[in-house]
Amino acid sequence: METATVEKTQTRYTPKDYKSEVNVRWCPGCGDFAILSCVHKAMAELNIPPHETVVVSGIGCSSRLPYYMNTYGFHGIHGRAAAIATGVKVANPNLNVWVATGDGDSLAIGGNHFIHAVRRNIDINIILFNNKIYGLTKGQYSPTSDRGFVSKSSPYGTVEDPFRPSELCFGARGTFFARAIDVDMKNTTETMVAAARHKGTSVVEVLQNCIIFNDGIHNKIADRTWKAEKTVMLRHGEKMIFGLENNRGLVLDGWNLKAVTIGEDGYTMDDILVHDASTKDNTLHVKLSLMGYDNDLPVALGVIRSVDAPTYETEYENQIAEVQKKAPGKSFTDFLMSSSHIWEMK
Amino acid sequence: MTNETVITDLKQVTIRFSGDSGDGMQLTGTLFSTLSAIFGNEIATFPDYPAEIRAPQGTLNGVSGFQVRVGSKDIYNAGDKADVLIAMNPAALKVNRQHLKKGSIVIFDTDSFTRKDLEKALFKTEDPFTELNLEQVQPIPVAITSMTKDSLADSGMDNKDILRSKNMFSLGIVCWLFNRPIEIAEQLLKDKFRKRPKLVETNIKALTDGYNYGNNTHLTATTYRIDTVQAGKGFYTDINGNTATAYGLIAAAEKAGVQLFLGSYPITPATDILQELSKRKDLGVKALQMEDEIAGICTAIGASFTGCLAATSTSGPGLSLKSEALGLAVMTELPLVVIDVQRGGPSTGMPTKSEQTDLFQALYGRNGESPLVVIAATTPVDCFDSAYWASKIALEHMTPVVLLTDGYIANGASTWKIPNLEEYPSIEPPYVQEKFKGSAESWKPYLRDEDTLVRYWGVPGTEGYMHRIGGLEKDYSTGIISSNPENHQLMVNTRKAKIKKIAGFIPEQEVIGDKDADTLIVGWGGTYGHLLEVMMRIQDKGKKVAFAHFRFINPLPSNTYDILKKYKTIIVAEQNTGHFASYLLSRFDDIKIHRFNRVEGQPFSVSELVDEFMNM
Repeated sequence: METATVEKTQTRYTPKDYKSEVNVRWCPGCGDFAILSCVHKAMAELNIPPHETVVVSGIGCSSRLPYYMNTYGFHGIHGRAAAIATGVKVANPNLNVWVATGDGDSLAIGGNHFIHAVRRNIDINIILFNNKIYGLTKGQYSPTSDRGFVSKSSPYGTVEDPFRPSELCFGARGTFFARAIDVDMKNTTETMVAAARHKGTSVVEVLQNCIIFNDGIHNKIADRTWKAEKTVMLRHGEKMIFGLENNRGLVLDGWNLKAVTIGEDGYTMDDILVHDASTKDNTLHVKLSLMGYDNDLPVALGVIRSVDAPTYETEYENQIAEVQKKAPGKSFTDFLMSSSHIWEMK
Repeated sequence: MTNETVITDLKQVTIRFSGDSGDGMQLTGTLFSTLSAIFGNEIATFPDYPAEIRAPQGTLNGVSGFQVRVGSKDIYNAGDKADVLIAMNPAALKVNRQHLKKGSIVIFDTDSFTRKDLEKALFKTEDPFTELNLEQVQPIPVAITSMTKDSLADSGMDNKDILRSKNMFSLGIVCWLFNRPIEIAEQLLKDKFRKRPKLVETNIKALTDGYNYGNNTHLTATTYRIDTVQAGKGFYTDINGNTATAYGLIAAAEKAGVQLFLGSYPITPATDILQELSKRKDLGVKALQMEDEIAGICTAIGASFTGCLAATSTSGPGLSLKSEALGLAVMTELPLVVIDVQRGGPSTGMPTKSEQTDLFQALYGRNGESPLVVIAATTPVDCFDSAYWASKIALEHMTPVVLLTDGYIANGASTWKIPNLEEYPSIEPPYVQEKFKGSAESWKPYLRDEDTLVRYWGVPGTEGYMHRIGGLEKDYSTGIISSNPENHQLMVNTRKAKIKKIAGFIPEQEVIGDKDADTLIVGWGGTYGHLLEVMMRIQDKGKKVAFAHFRFINPLPSNTYDILKKYKTIIVAEQNTGHFASYLLSRFDDIKIHRFNRVEGQPFSVSELVDEFMNM
């Protein structure tokens, strides 16, 4: 008996255990393949039982992901994945709940559910595939497309500013935000693992390439030739250094972040900022997350913010337990008979 | 000596409390109906209030009314017109002019019938009764405001708070008029304001003084006694439709042994369901107020996938927002109860008024071939049974069920005998690990029970049954995404057939009234109480008539056609432009139907229907 129990607790899952038998049907060369593979690997590393894992999605290319999982999966309707996942998690807080969604799904039609899930801090992991385009409907601009972006529905360029997912997340008082690049599978997997371990809503923005309708949109940072110079991998407690020779770093210059070269202009390693993802004040997290948008700073990857806070489903369970402590095991009939306006006809 | 006031016995009486929306008329009416129920009467109530929380004081827009009908037995609705009106201001008198019977008693607050008050209610003269041609009513002037002030002069409260007790003074008068023991009212006040003993004290003082005033001054020549008839043995309470709906869900979840989950968003007149279930953490209910209507139903769908009895509560505009997600529940074949407390529409319409205009929306308001179950509760108390049935069908047949109630039965209350849950049918969801006969490896999510066509419920957390479902069409056998034409046809047919088969699991339709009648009155949903009385009054006039009132709309009870084809004249009466009549005709094309339709946002007028039907 004892041996059997030990064996059971020691079950080691491999990425293959999370793979369904269905043929994956994204376009050849799509960034989604890499992300799917990272999800499999991250789950294996977390060693979460597939039958206690639910992957929920909305609509869009990214939202086909649940079909390629050998877990429980729910392919919802456009924009509603966060709401459906909320129902799953509150119904059974023991489940590991993941959401696969895109920039259109979560930031346009599902924007409301996205911000409210983040605000509630329900313990779900949102993998936000950001390719700045509507792929499944064949190439219209999305809420993350840059101003002036030319697409089938903006033939003269858009006249609107995009959302920046991190700003939306922090605006909704998010407790976890991370960023990854589809092709950078090692770091993406590491980031997903961290997201899953975080108690609360975690948002992982994965910069994903749509090879058909928006090919190369992230090349400015994702291309291997200059990725090391254009990005910085943040890790809690470690120096914010980057560059091909790891000799570049981030310092604070007044209120602003500044990239410097260690050993130049009097900057030493001691001057370089140490990343603190867990500080409650999100001011620096916002600044870090906005690097690379309107400035020449490297785009921040990895876990930018991870702060402990009460989670919705736990607080909900606690409240039920608190109320029930006063009247344990009450049935519906007990409840009716104990209510105040009740009288007997004899 | 005629020192004694005469007591007249009545079988039933209709009383309307009316005043400004801040005058506490809803509370007064509720207290009077509850105490009457406890006293042993049957009751039916009709709160009739404006959508504005506080319209300008004294104006016609701000009038809030609460009608209660109290009787020894056979109280099926809140009555057409009032025998007694309590008018706290001139606007209340004017608005209720059409709700008064000939010879009715009008108790009015003289202190708020000054010239200024009359002007606010757009009276042109200083004699409102003559101006409204109300010569035939008995006006009973009472200085309610000043006497309440006197009554509470030593209470230590400020003037504003004292005036809030005017309604209790009026309630005292009405208690005297109908020989109600005020001790019951006192107890109810103690329960209601448990945490505010000062308020209990002052309210009871005003109540008692109102009662004594009536008694000491012989305010009317006669007071009234309403007989009580011994009801069946058991425990009773009074309950409104929204609470009964909430309770029906709780009872069903307990019976089925599943967690109850509600995802909802506040909307008039359905909000009470969310509020009641939010209170029921003592019973372990999970009720979530979400960011919008869509999130309400989507969390419920997520919870349903995860093994809960999941529900969402709303009214017409909210149902419109939920349509797409409701289609998802049809496609994924998950149990879900959607409660639509119908109100006046379209669009925002008349939020606090009641009608039956969402039937088509419930039946057809989705894209694609999207059949689901539609049930309509018939009375406030029946909301309990209907919610129970809706839950049972949803859980056992893996389908969304729309439960239609309406503002009238949702807010209206009547006496409810506490049910014995053991007498309710069991609820057995088709859990895959229990009901599927093959091996776990051979199971696919859309494999079905051969008889019922119901698919099995594989709840996350269950080992060996991991699967993926969603809004895309799936293969009948493998459950994998499919756009194969023959498969789609098969799935469309199967989803339809599955719902149709539910007819074999619901009770047959009942017909009441005269067995040999040629005329059948047909109704559905919340008009039951009115139509039942219509039938009885027609019978009183010597005409034979029968009555079939539908709770199960889709599928219809299996004997529906057999019933309909027996009658020469079928009158379908509903508070819309003919949804149910059209629906019946779409099912049975050789029947002939007379339609009676009213869409005024008000309950049916029994006397009007009797006159109309006698001529059909």
